[in-house]
Amino acid sequence: MYRYDNYDHQMLEDRIAQFRDQTARFLKGELAPTEFLPLRLQNGLYIQRLAPMLRIAVPYGMLSSTQLRKLAYISEYYDKGYGHFTTRQNIQFNWPALEDVPDILAHLAEVEMHAIQTSGNCIRNTSTDQFAGSAVDEIADSRPYCEIIRQWSTFHPEFAYLPRKFKIAVCGTSDDQAATQVHDIGLFIVRNEAGELGFRVLVGGGLGRTPVIGKAIREFLPEHELLTYLDAILRVYNREGRRDNKYKARIKILVKETGVDAFREKVEKEWQSLKGGPLRLTETEIERCKGFFHDPDYKTLPATSAALGEALARDVLFASWYQQNVDAHKRPGYAIVTICLKATGVAPGDVTTAQMNFIAELADRYSFNELRVSHEQNVILADVEQDALYEMWKALQSNQLSAANLGLLTDIICCPGGDFCALANAKSIPIAESIQRRFDNPQTLRDIGQVSVNISGCMNACGHHHVGNIGILGVDKKGAEFYQISLGGSAENTTSLGQIVGPSFAQDEVPDVIEKIINVYKRRREGEERFIDTFNRLGMAPFKEEVYGKTN
Amino acid sequence: MEKLIKNRSIVEDPWLLLKEVSEMSEIADKAAVPLIVPLAFWQENRQALKQRPGKTAVWLQSDELPASLGEDLHSFGLIALNFPVFSDGRVYSSARELRSNFMFKGELRAIGDVLRDQLFYMARCGFDAFALREDQNIDTALAAFDDFRDGYQVSVDKPEPLFRRREHVL
Repeated sequence: MYRYDNYDHQMLEDRIAQFRDQTARFLKGELAPTEFLPLRLQNGLYIQRLAPMLRIAVPYGMLSSTQLRKLAYISEYYDKGYGHFTTRQNIQFNWPALEDVPDILAHLAEVEMHAIQTSGNCIRNTSTDQFAGSAVDEIADSRPYCEIIRQWSTFHPEFAYLPRKFKIAVCGTSDDQAATQVHDIGLFIVRNEAGELGFRVLVGGGLGRTPVIGKAIREFLPEHELLTYLDAILRVYNREGRRDNKYKARIKILVKETGVDAFREKVEKEWQSLKGGPLRLTETEIERCKGFFHDPDYKTLPATSAALGEALARDVLFASWYQQNVDAHKRPGYAIVTICLKATGVAPGDVTTAQMNFIAELADRYSFNELRVSHEQNVILADVEQDALYEMWKALQSNQLSAANLGLLTDIICCPGGDFCALANAKSIPIAESIQRRFDNPQTLRDIGQVSVNISGCMNACGHHHVGNIGILGVDKKGAEFYQISLGGSAENTTSLGQIVGPSFAQDEVPDVIEKIINVYKRRREGEERFIDTFNRLGMAPFKEEVYGKTN
Repeated sequence: MEKLIKNRSIVEDPWLLLKEVSEMSEIADKAAVPLIVPLAFWQENRQALKQRPGKTAVWLQSDELPASLGEDLHSFGLIALNFPVFSDGRVYSSARELRSNFMFKGELRAIGDVLRDQLFYMARCGFDAFALREDQNIDTALAAFDDFRDGYQVSVDKPEPLFRRREHVL
């Protein structure tokens, strides 16, 4: 994992002192609310429905057990005993007091964490594949590049007041797990014909009010020019992105209105003055950053574990958890474990203080003191010996963390919604729960197989509903909460945006509608087809007919 | 004379900023006064302005590009960039463009909605003079330039990014 040096520590200390002073001036009335607003947002602080909300950055989803314990501490002393993992690999607390925030930031700084640029119209936390470094299909580990981008984007003096927020994702694997195509900039690590490393650059992807899949503006960007090219894109966007209408201010609108070819030309032109300049990455810097992400001290193990085989044969419950929640690892004898934070009755992505401490303990015992957070709002132990899986699962079970529904219908991606968020049109957590309760039979769930359900409480699409196989969007209909359902979205390699089924539904109708949709799939699927495959083959018609009845 | 921060000191401002001016006759009585005029006014009255005894500088709105100054750019001792609102980030890019692409060496002044909490980033982007909004406390604002002791990026004040300087340290 990346470790701070004196420069990083000093930068963070200065930031806390700055924000302490800003908060004090605001509380004394010397700083107007409108002028304090972007300052607090760029320190992760929202004023929400019930209390302030503090969003803490988990850079590219990596956490050490020490950091998680610190988060547990904060959740206990400054919050109400829990935290919420977000769809951008961050964690947020819903109950801190405004005047405590500088102290919380000081606590975070002790463990090299912060809330910098987790909100506001600036470059946000860079996200990536939660299996980075351990995945089987990796072209290169994305994390060193994410760290390079983190440093470049942190306190960037030119890009702190962009037209709108700006999100970057990096994908280093052949199977994209980071929803890279729906980011403002999506970077795919590739090799050219000469075998050199570089990036395929997508720009203008995004969800929200106008969902768009990013468009390629460069097929191969040499590794060393990563930051010069990002600087060029950002400068074009900063200058030309719309500032007259916040709903048209994202880079996707600029790319659309300019045309992707004309946009590319502008970036290339800007790049000419930056390329090869001081911002060109040095070999030393790339190596330095790679050095933080070297393999841990893996043991030499046999490819298959006898102990694991035995446990799988003996314990059916374990076997079904293993099948769903454990992935292959690049090293023989190891496995990647996803702890699914989607138990029925718990808000998706929520973890309690005790669970955080417990997961930290597991990371220490089984996974080299590290863990990751995924954009699906789950937690990953990426380097677990297969021999230890059964023992670990037992421990998970006794802490209500053994939900075996990873990737299944009840592994719902969900924003905090109207229960917490001031922007929401409708609640989303109770919708997730009503679906989880409807589909509470593990056998039925496994029979339905892989299907993603994404719920957002409003157009801002924090629950990424456009890319859910089944997407649910809360809408306001004359003051009442209604839900619009879409089908066919996907955040995988073949990213697609869902199509709306038809008129929206009342809250209590949602589980029935989902069941009808699933029934069509169960009746019509062929062979090993997943939900999305059947939908892509059949199209919307049979689903629509089932949901609304025949129209003629 | 108004007060101004220039090169991190508080100084008297010899310049007169004309936010709006449309006819040369309006400045007839200010022949010797150093004036900062809007871009459009400069473009329309270029020759006449060059001949007046007093110095003339130009100010750009946040949506006006430095490139629109053309060859005149280097004839100015001062260029001012206006923040219509403090959160209009275009101005930062204009400043960097003037310093890094056009190599403008004169005074680069921030005008308009210029507040204490943005001074540090402005300075990093190449501003060396700051006409703060009226209600700002100019004496305490000076501390803003020390908000951070360093920065990661390439900037006008630090032409090498931290990663290149880190190497020197190693």
